[in-house]
This record gives sequence, structure tokens and C-alpha cells, in this order.
Amino acid sequence: MSINGKKVIEILNKIADVIDNNKAFLSELDAAIGDGDHGINMSKGLFAVREKLRDNEGKNIGDILKITGMALVSNVGGASGPLYGTAFMKAAMAVNGKEEIDIKDFKNILEEALKGIKMRGKGQAGEKTMIDALEPALNVLSKAIEEGLSSKECLYKAKEAAREGVEYTKTIAATKGRASYLGERSIGHQDPGATSSYLILDTIYKEI
Amino acid sequence: MKKLINNPEHVVEDMLAGMVAAHPEYLRKLDAGNILVRKNAPIKGKVALVSGGGSGHEPSHAGYLGKGMLDGAVAGAVFTSPTPDQVYEAIKAVDSGEGVLLVIKNYTGDVMNFDMAKEMAEMEEIKVESVIVNDDVAVENSTYTAGRRGIAGTVFVHKIAGAKAEKGASLEEVKAVAEKVIDNVRSMGMALSSCIVPAAGKANFSLGEDEVEIGMGIHGEPGTHRETIKTADEITEHLVNRILEDMKPEEGSEVAVMVNGLSGTPLMELYIVNKKVNEILTSKGIKVYKTFVGEFMTSLEMAGCSVSILKLDDELKELLDAPADTPALKLL
Repeated sequence: MSINGKKVIEILNKIADVIDNNKAFLSELDAAIGDGDHGINMSKGLFAVREKLRDNEGKNIGDILKITGMALVSNVGGASGPLYGTAFMKAAMAVNGKEEIDIKDFKNILEEALKGIKMRGKGQAGEKTMIDALEPALNVLSKAIEEGLSSKECLYKAKEAAREGVEYTKTIAATKGRASYLGERSIGHQDPGATSSYLILDTIYKEI
Repeated sequence: MKKLINNPEHVVEDMLAGMVAAHPEYLRKLDAGNILVRKNAPIKGKVALVSGGGSGHEPSHAGYLGKGMLDGAVAGAVFTSPTPDQVYEAIKAVDSGEGVLLVIKNYTGDVMNFDMAKEMAEMEEIKVESVIVNDDVAVENSTYTAGRRGIAGTVFVHKIAGAKAEKGASLEEVKAVAEKVIDNVRSMGMALSSCIVPAAGKANFSLGEDEVEIGMGIHGEPGTHRETIKTADEITEHLVNRILEDMKPEEGSEVAVMVNGLSGTPLMELYIVNKKVNEILTSKGIKVYKTFVGEFMTSLEMAGCSVSILKLDDELKELLDAPADTPALKLL
């Protein structure tokens, strides 16, 4: 796998489309256990990302991810803005200056993104958050790379692990974020943040 | 949905323009975004107070801009915390060099966005401190929470810390008194109806004809449980007893009371609630020093209320009584 800056921007634009197409669904998930704005806010943020990237075609991948992170922080609001924003900004540092990235670089991106999310949100796995989709994805991705699987297979396994993570969030009570006010009542509902994280990984898999 | 708005996407901008037009002697809007500041900020020699959060809780927080209360109020999208760059602009606009206190309500988004703004301001050598208000006792204090939410008790922080700043106190002193208020205020709310976020177009949930939600927050997010509506006395007793269980004030304590309407409940009903609040406190030998009844931190058109009780000492009483002159709260 070798992805250049232009392709990264294409993927981010596709992510913006996918999130926009799913915004009602994401907001409904958020309405059940939160305040119902996850889809709307993410879509708004990614729209702003699309606009910002339009003038930055020639930039290296680190810069592209940094611009994405900053646009998300400034345009999503709520909890998702700082979390996804920090995720992309930290991920940017992992591929600073790079014009092309491979599957190992993508693993580093995901690793740094996850670290950023945990730092900013002070969360960990098992609390019914986006971490429950991203951490399994990272673990599976790392293992698949070590086993020497093809990039496409690695990404497939990673996004499937994220999907299973989303299913897992249905079975537990929320202990972080607005859903945590529901306590036991949040069981049975899938987490909106985990869902949007899965959609992002799924889109990346489909585009590469 | 039937709302008196124009384009749902522009409610915050439209509202802020209307507020500035209504109160030009109190506030002005920054070009940098949906941020209102006290008319003559920065005030030399004074610590500045900045608060904010999602819109839809008016008069919180821009209604409290003015002498004795806030210097900056950042308006996020409805029920959505504002972004760090907006909070940072507010900090820059109101800092006189004495530093800025951020009064943050305890919601994951608010805490993270305000924290990031604090980091940005500190990189520019602006002194910033922050406090997190978590007065809502509805959510049980166990491992299964993100901590308690910040609701109407926040207004007590604005009033008391604002008064301290107006006296010329240092940033550390203003922060300390804000923390004292937070340590001593407890609240709990309930709702008789849901509300509709303009951009969403429909309510997050619906309550049955005779159902109420106890422990409701201020964003339309579900509370602790639903039950069939009882009398105002019974509901009020439940709220006040939960607060007192947590607060454990001694007999002979003095308190301030706030009965806060979420906007859909008439003043008549808020006073009915206050009758019971006052009776319960008096029967327990707790002296009600001052009462506030009205709409201080609403939730769009939601019907319902919250009760806040603040345990007072001499310092808090003095600061609570200090003059304030803002669009939403005036104390001579």
C-alpha cells in the first residue's frame, strides 16, 4: 500500500460523504443515550475539513492531517470536536513531513490517534466510547501487519474489529460522556462515537 | 415543530444580534464569533470571568454580562459546547492583565473545549484558571458516572465569584471563592416535557401525558427515572430531600435558594415549588437567607424546574448581596 497526499484528501472527502449520509442515524443513536447532535456536529466539522483541504492539495500528509484536526476542533464542538481533533493532530505528528504512507504508517497514525483520544478524554476501553472501536482495531491491525498479511486484509480485519467493538458497546453501560448519566439504562444502545469511528475505518478500508 | 425562529441553522447568530440590540449598554459582540463581552471589557485592575457553553439555556450565560458578574460569554451551537478557538478569543478580549477565570459546567465537551482554550491562552502568556461546576446531585456518585453535571448552581458561581473580582481580588482569590461556592451548592431538576433542538427538528424523547422525568439535566438528555406526575409538594420534597441528603447542612445553617424554571413552566408553579422548599428548610431549622425564583438557566422550551441550595458563610453572604448590574440579574 502506498498512499500519497492527494489520495489522503480523497479519502477524507469520502469520509465526509459517508458521515453526512449517516448523520441522521448517528444523531438518533446519540438521542437515545445523549443529546442527539453527534451526526449533525460531525457532518458540519467534516464539511469544514473538506473546505480547508480544497486549498491544500500539495501539502504533505502530516500537514493534511494537522489541518484536518484543527478544522475538526474548530467546527465540531461538543466532546467529539476535541477528541477527533486531537486524534488527527496527534496522528499528524506520526507522519510528519511524509509524502507517502504505507500500512505501517497507518498503524502509527491509528496508535497516535488513540493515544491522543485517551489523553484528551481521560478514557480507556470498556467505558462505551469510541475507544471501544478504535483500540480493538489497532490491536488487530498490529497483529495482522506482524503476520505479513496484505494491506487490504489488514484494513479489513481492523475495520471488522471496530465493528465488533461497536456491537460490544451495546452490551455495556456507559461510564463516560453524556451517556453515562443513563447508567444501566444505556445498555442495549450502541455508542454513537464508536459508530462514527467504525464508519471512518470502514471508509478507509473501502477506499484503499 | 412550532418555533419562533428563522433559519434553524442561524438561531444563535440571530439571538445574539437581538441581545446586543436590546442591551447595548451592557454588552457587545466580538467579530471573532458567537462571543459577547461586557461593554467596557477589559476592565483595568480586575480579574475577568468567562463562561459559556451550548446555547439554549438563556439567560445563561450572556445575560449575566456586566458589573459584578461575567466579562465574557461564549455561545456554542444549541446544546453543544463552543470550540476552543472561540473561548480563546473571549479570554483575549477580556483579560486586563490580571488573568481570567473560566467557569465551566461539568460536561465532557465543555471541559475539553475550555481546557484546550486555556492551553492556547497560556501559550500566549495569559494567566488562566478554571473551575468546574458540578452541582447536580441527580446522578449517583458511583464509578458509573462521568461525575455530576453542572446546572443552575453555576449562576451562584457567576454572582459570587463575579462580586469577588469586582472588589479587585486576585485570580487565586476569585478562584478560591468560586471553588467554595461549588463545594457548597447542590441542585436537582425534573422535567414535565422534552424540548426540540432547532437543527434536529424533533424532540429527542417524549414524555407521556402524565409522566415526568426526575433528575433531568438541561440538554434534553434523559434523567434518572420517569414516574407518574405527583403533586408539586411531593415532587419538590423528593428534589429537596435528595439535595439535603447529599449536602447534610446542620441545623442553624443559612442558605440561599434558587428555584429555576426551565422556561416552559409558569412562574406561578415555580412559586408553588418555592413554598414547599421554604417549608422543608424551615422545618429542619435551616434559615433561608435569600431566595431567587425565576428563569436563570433554561432548556429551550422544556417545562420543569430545578432547585438549588447554597450553604452560606459570612463571605458568601456578603458577595451574594454585593451589587450586580446585568441584563438578567440586577441587585442594588
